[in-house]
Amino acid sequence: MGVLSAVLQSRAAAALASPHSVDRFLEQVNPLWAAHEVRGRVVDVRRETTGVHPVSTLTVQPTSTWRGHRAGQHVQVGVDLPGARRATRCFSVSSAASGPGERFTLTVRAHDDGDERTSLSRHLATAATPGTLLHLSQAGGEFTMHATPATPSPHPVLLISGGSGITPVMSMLRTLLRDGYDGRAGRPVTFLHYARSAAEQIYAEELAAIARFDNHVDVRVVHTGAGGQRFGPAALARLVPGFRDTDTWACGPTGLVQAVQAAYDGSERLRVEHFKAPASPLGAEEAEGETSFARSGLGAANTGETLLAQAEALGLRPQTGCRMGICFSCTTRKTSGTVRDVVTGEESARPDEDVRICVSAPVGSCTVDL
Amino acid sequence: MTSTTTSSPRLTPVQLDALGAEMDAIRQRVLADLGEADADYIHGVVRLQRRLEVAGRALFYLPPAWPLAVAALSVSKILDNMEIGHNVMHGQYDWMGEPGLSSRMYEWDNVCPSEQWRYSHNYIHHTFTNVLGKDRDIGYGILRMDEDQPWHPYYLGNPVYAFLLMVFFEWGVAMHDLEVENIVAGRRSLADNKALHAGIMRKVRRQALKDYVLFPALTGPFFPLTLAGNATANLVRNVWAFNIIFCGHFPAGVATFSEGECEDESRGHWYYRQLLGSANIDGGSLFHLMTGNLSFQVEHHLFPDLPARRYPEISGEVREICERYGLPYNTGPLGKQLLSVARKICRLALPDRRREQPSQAAEQPAAA
Ligand code: FES
Repeated sequence: MGVLSAVLQSRAAAALASPHSVDRFLEQVNPLWAAHEVRGRVVDVRRETTGVHPVSTLTVQPTSTWRGHRAGQHVQVGVDLPGARRATRCFSVSSAASGPGERFTLTVRAHDDGDERTSLSRHLATAATPGTLLHLSQAGGEFTMHATPATPSPHPVLLISGGSGITPVMSMLRTLLRDGYDGRAGRPVTFLHYARSAAEQIYAEELAAIARFDNHVDVRVVHTGAGGQRFGPAALARLVPGFRDTDTWACGPTGLVQAVQAAYDGSERLRVEHFKAPASPLGAEEAEGETSFARSGLGAANTGETLLAQAEALGLRPQTGCRMGICFSCTTRKTSGTVRDVVTGEESARPDEDVRICVSAPVGSCTVDL
Repeated sequence: MTSTTTSSPRLTPVQLDALGAEMDAIRQRVLADLGEADADYIHGVVRLQRRLEVAGRALFYLPPAWPLAVAALSVSKILDNMEIGHNVMHGQYDWMGEPGLSSRMYEWDNVCPSEQWRYSHNYIHHTFTNVLGKDRDIGYGILRMDEDQPWHPYYLGNPVYAFLLMVFFEWGVAMHDLEVENIVAGRRSLADNKALHAGIMRKVRRQALKDYVLFPALTGPFFPLTLAGNATANLVRNVWAFNIIFCGHFPAGVATFSEGECEDESRGHWYYRQLLGSANIDGGSLFHLMTGNLSFQVEHHLFPDLPARRYPEISGEVREICERYGLPYNTGPLGKQLLSVARKICRLALPDRRREQPSQAAEQPAAA
C-alpha cells in the first residue's frame, strides 16, 4: 500500500481506464497486482488427511487489496478448473485473524460433487499446488467473535464443531492463543469437536498439543464412527454446566447445528453457521425434488419444466427476451442443484453458476436466485 | 415473403425440422468441445487489445508518432467493440464463469450502454432477424433498406442519412433504443425513454471525459493533437463497424420476412430465417479478427452464442447444408458486398419503379 495504490484506486484512474476497471489492465502485467479485486496465490500445500475425502490446507498470499479477516469469517474462492471453466465456492478461513495483505490459510475437504476436473473442492484438496491462482472476495460473514477473546472477562467461551465445520472455530481458537490467551483471563475455553474417525480428524496434532499445554483450553474430540457419543444436551451440560448462558459458536453439518439449536432453546448466546450440502450428484431422476426461488422465498415440487416455466407458474416475472436460449436476458444465478439444457441435453451441477432459465430444467432439487 | 430480387426456396415443415436438427447437432458438437483453446484465444485478443490501447495512449506524447498512435487506438477500439465486446455480450464466453468476460457485466468502449444494447441487439435483432416491423436493425429507424418499407419523400435523403449514420455510428447505436421514429409516429412516448436517458448520459459523459478531456489534458501541450487523435480513432471505428455490419444484412439477395410468417415459428424456421437473412464477407484471418468474425454473419446468426472463433471451422458444413437444401449462402468479397449495399441505399431512396408486382407472395408463409 502506498502512493501507487492510492493512485490506482483513485477516481481519476477509474475514469482513464473506463469502461474497463483498472484491474483489467493490471492483471495483464501480473495477476497479483490489483487495485480493487482480491486474488491470491497458493504458496504452500499441506495434506491434512488422506482417504476418499482428503483434506488439504492451502496457505494463500493475497493481493495487497485483501483487507484481512476476523476469526470465523469466510471468503469466496474462484478457481479455473480444467476446460477453462471457473468455479466459485465459499470457504471459511482457518488461520488466525489476518491483517491487510497478510497470508491466511484455507482448509478444504474434497466433496463428492465430481472429480478433480469438475469439483472445485476436490480440485483444491488434491490438485492445487504452489502457484495456483485463486480469485477471491473480501472476507465476509457475521459468525465472528467481536471482542478479542483474550480480553479479561468472566464469560467462558464454548466452541462446538462437526467435520469441516472445524475451520472457522479453529480460526477463533488460533486467534485466541496467538493473541496471548493463557487462561489467566479467568475465561475457560471449551473446544468440542465431532469427527467421524481418527483418520478423518483434521488438525489432530495441533489439537493434541493445545490440549497438553496449561492454557485453560479444554479440548474434547469425539469420534462418532468409533463409538463416540453424538451431541446431546445432557452430555454438554456435564461438560459445561449452564451452557445456555455461555457464549457459544457452533459450526457443522445441518444435522449437528439443528441439534445444538434445539439444546440452546433460543438462547441468544448461541451463534451458528452451517454449510451448504454439496450439489446433488448428476443422474438424479428428472422431475424430483424441490425447485426453490431464493430471493422471493417461493418454492414448489419440481415439475421437470424449465426454471422459467416453474418460476412463472408461481407468479414470478423474471426478465426474459427470446425465451429460446439465444439472448441471455433471462440469465440467473443458480446457487445449487443440477440443471439440464433442454436444447442440448447437457447437464451441469456446478454451484453458483449463471444459467439461462428459459432453457434450463432442474434435475432433482435446485435453487435459483429469483 | 422475400422482398429481394432472389426468391428464396420454400422448405416444407418436415424439411425445416430436418434442417433444425442438423443445425442443433453442429451447435451441440461445438458446445461439447469448448475449452482451453477458446479461453486462450479470447484471453489473447484481450491482451492484444489492452496493449494496443496503452501503446496508443502513450504514443500521443511523441507527436511524430501521431499516425501510429491513432492506428493503435483505432484497432484497439475496433477489437474492443467487435471481437471482444459484441461477442462477449452475446454470452459466447459465459461458460468460462469469468466475470471479466461475462455477458452480464461487460461494458464496451462505445457510447451505447451495453445493457441497452444487449436488449435491442441480442433480443430484438437476433430473435426477430429481418422481420419487417419487428427488427429495428432494418434501416435503424432512419433508412429505407427494404422495398416493403413504404416510400416517402423523406427517403430521398437515404444516401445522406446513411453517410451520417456511418460517421456517427456509435451515437446512432446509442440512440437506437430511444426509438425516435416510433415517438415521431406516436407509437411511443417520451416518458418511455426516461429510464434510458440516464444510462446513456452516464455512458456518454464517461466516454467523452476520457477521450476528449482527460487523456488530451494528460499530454499537456499536445492537447489539441491528442484530442484530434482520439476523435479520429472513434471515427475510424465508426466507419469500420458501420460498413461491416451493413454488409451483414443488406447486400442484394438477403431476404426479409413478414410478421405473420414468423408467428409460432419452429426452431427449423428460425434457423432458415437466420440463414436467408444474413450475408458473409470473404477474407483472410486478420480480416476476420478485425470484423469480430462478423464476416461470418451467417454462422453468427445461426449460433449467436458460440465463440466467434468457431465460425470459420463450421462455415464449410453450413455451406454444404445450404447446398443440400437448395438454400442460398450469401457471401462475397468486401468490395462486392459494399457496392451492393451502397446500390441498395441509393435505389431505395427513390420510389419503386416496378409497382406492377407489389410484394408478390405477401401472405404466403414459408412454413405453415
Ligand atoms: S429469454 Fe433469451 S436466453 Fe432466455
